[in-house]
Amino acid sequence: MTAPTETDAGAPTGTGGTGKTGGTGTPGAPLRVPRWRRSLRPYLLIVPALLLTGGILYPFGLGLYYTLFDFSATKPQPDLVGLENYLTIVRQDAFWRSALVTSLYAIGATAVETVLGVGVALLLNRSSRLGRVLEKVLILPLMIAPVIAAIMWKLMLQPSVGVVNYLLRPVGLGGVQWTDTPTGALLSSIMVDVWVYTPFVAILALAGLRSLPRSPFEAAAVDGAGWWFTFRRLTLPMLWPYVLVAVIFRFMDSLKVFDIIYALTEGGPGDSTVVLQIRAYLEAIRFQRYSLGISYMIILWAVVYLASMVLVRYLTRAQRRAAEAS
Amino acid sequence: MDTMDRRRFLGIMGASAAALGAAPALSACGTGFGGGSSSGGGSAADEVTGAFDWKRAQGKTIKALLNKHPYSDALIADLKSFSDKTGIKVEYDVFPEDNYFDKLTVDLSSGRASYDVFMLGAYMVWQYGPPGWLEDLGPWMRNTAATAGDWDQADFFPNLLQADQWSLKYGTPLGQGGQYALPWGWETNVVAYNTEVFAKLGLKPAETFDELIEMAATIKQKAPGAGFDGMYGVAVRGSRSWATIHPGFMTMYSRHGLKDFVMSGGNFKPAMNDPKAVDFTRKWADMIKNGGAPSWTSYTWYQCSSDLGARKAAMLFDADSAAYFQAIKGASPASGKIAFHPGPKGPDGSLATNMWVWSLGMNAKSKNKTAAWLFLQWATGKEHLRKAAIEGNHIDPVRKSISQDAAYKDKMKAIPGFLETFETVVDQTKIQFTPQTQFFDATTSWAAALQEVYGGKDAKGVLDGLAKDLTPKVAG
Repeated sequence: MTAPTETDAGAPTGTGGTGKTGGTGTPGAPLRVPRWRRSLRPYLLIVPALLLTGGILYPFGLGLYYTLFDFSATKPQPDLVGLENYLTIVRQDAFWRSALVTSLYAIGATAVETVLGVGVALLLNRSSRLGRVLEKVLILPLMIAPVIAAIMWKLMLQPSVGVVNYLLRPVGLGGVQWTDTPTGALLSSIMVDVWVYTPFVAILALAGLRSLPRSPFEAAAVDGAGWWFTFRRLTLPMLWPYVLVAVIFRFMDSLKVFDIIYALTEGGPGDSTVVLQIRAYLEAIRFQRYSLGISYMIILWAVVYLASMVLVRYLTRAQRRAAEAS
Repeated sequence: MDTMDRRRFLGIMGASAAALGAAPALSACGTGFGGGSSSGGGSAADEVTGAFDWKRAQGKTIKALLNKHPYSDALIADLKSFSDKTGIKVEYDVFPEDNYFDKLTVDLSSGRASYDVFMLGAYMVWQYGPPGWLEDLGPWMRNTAATAGDWDQADFFPNLLQADQWSLKYGTPLGQGGQYALPWGWETNVVAYNTEVFAKLGLKPAETFDELIEMAATIKQKAPGAGFDGMYGVAVRGSRSWATIHPGFMTMYSRHGLKDFVMSGGNFKPAMNDPKAVDFTRKWADMIKNGGAPSWTSYTWYQCSSDLGARKAAMLFDADSAAYFQAIKGASPASGKIAFHPGPKGPDGSLATNMWVWSLGMNAKSKNKTAAWLFLQWATGKEHLRKAAIEGNHIDPVRKSISQDAAYKDKMKAIPGFLETFETVVDQTKIQFTPQTQFFDATTSWAAALQEVYGGKDAKGVLDGLAKDLTPKVAG
């Protein structure tokens, strides 16, 4: 072992019997490090992490701070209004409409993507040449920016010249007005989300499937368990934590959706697809009521945070159960 | 020697964090919130003295923010003339219209001078003017040392110049106060129609709104059987955007003598739910349902214009330029078969028309104001605008002299009815909206309400709701 350059933990106490090599100290003796430096070292080690955390939290804190004012383009020197922005928001019917649309969108998109994604993963898990090709093709939608995907779908869903109605014409559905009705616009937006993000769920689920231990399945096969029994009692419980991870990511992301809906419907018709992010964007950027716009974002953050807390807690429990099952 | 324990360390860190946290608080008391008017009473124009000289800012570079548009294409094509004349280099960024105003708004609100000059609409003066983001160009225009003698302010159509003038005060009309931008290219909202389908079906342009409604429905029914597959009657904008309200809708609304807001007790009161306005809105929505585009709620001017060019729409009630770009030779399947008409008159014969004015403005925070002003006067000057009108597609002249120019008239005669329509409506074309800072909120909500009426909701209920929502927002 090389000679230490600093005293180790638990070494010298009292008046400092150690010296340092070279210089004025006794040759060969360990370095003498002042006690305050030793005490400071653990804290210095966390400084980068602290700076990083500060870098993340500072804009957030600043945003939070701005919500306490009535800052807008027409009022660059704002007054302190306390929680008035939040109260204004919750008193608006528009906010509750947006909250409902946001929830419907997030729940709908996440549910469909989870079911489809797990289904696709189960199909791809059977190793075949086609499966290996499809695995690679599957991730293509993920490589397309959501806003581009939405514009692409907007063109395809155009009732008179879009390819979707053209293909549906032979079965008498060529006149569907995809985004012209409130329900149609919401469902069309969810459909685009599903198209873009189902591969994400499928990939996570597939990775989960491939990491499951073989022995329980072999034992079930020896016992003559059927496919449905094996799926319900073994595959699903053990895969559940992976599925939940996908659900958490997708649900959080769907609550914060902006690009797909804005590119597809701009929030219309009427207010039918104005989710909270779009409302915040309109307030802050289009109408330049900055404090109100940021307040919308803080409310959305709180919703996302609470939802993630609940889901993560559920995930922890599911992981424990899956460990027991395997 | 003192030991630094955890508590003490956290204390120090806490103090540092508090100091950091105080920064925005302190800055909020000063200029931390960004905006703030730069006008301290005087104008940078006052610093320009002596004889006028195009080379005054030689060697400078200015940055321009431009919207992707045939007008800006013509400007970019002629930039070398400006640089040769002044020795000023122009760098520019071009953005499509969907993102353009967001980019401009964010940039101006940041308080930086990323762009010295930019394109804007006259409505934007109501939003960008009050926070002090726009340079008042009045002092520059009045300063003979800064402005060329032949720039000729009197040559502008007065209604266009007035569109960019505002006092920035609540409740005051346009045409007073500072000149916050210069008219550069404009668009009047009229009807363009496909002459081929009109001839085949024996139609003449509608002279009243009821005729237009009936004609749009008739075309949608009969045109596909007459060899115009998938053709519908009239294209108008329908997306959930302020831009849906200002062209055809606001023009026809104004021709009915209707207002967006009326002044009552010192406050603006929304007038979109006036019984006549409700009736008009219902009819407009019915016109679209029976004779408009499928998927209307996503229609911007791009779709409207391309449908006219693709022979999908028999009529377009929108900016004349949106139809012109489809009408020019070789531009679209319908080119050579598009004609212009002022559109239906109001019940009392009114041809009041709303307009869009593409203008050029100067960033109040610009560090190159003299160079920027030289650019603005060149870009709005006779020489460039004449060239842009004749050689480019800068087709609605903001200057009287160009509208009367023989070469311009010769060029535009190729499009049936264009010049006649222009001359019929030019004096009755103005901004029909009430200037107020919540313009974009009001018109976006109005477009959403129009979509709801189109979707089958009761017009009165929807417009009453709109008025209720807007009342506190537009109060003084």
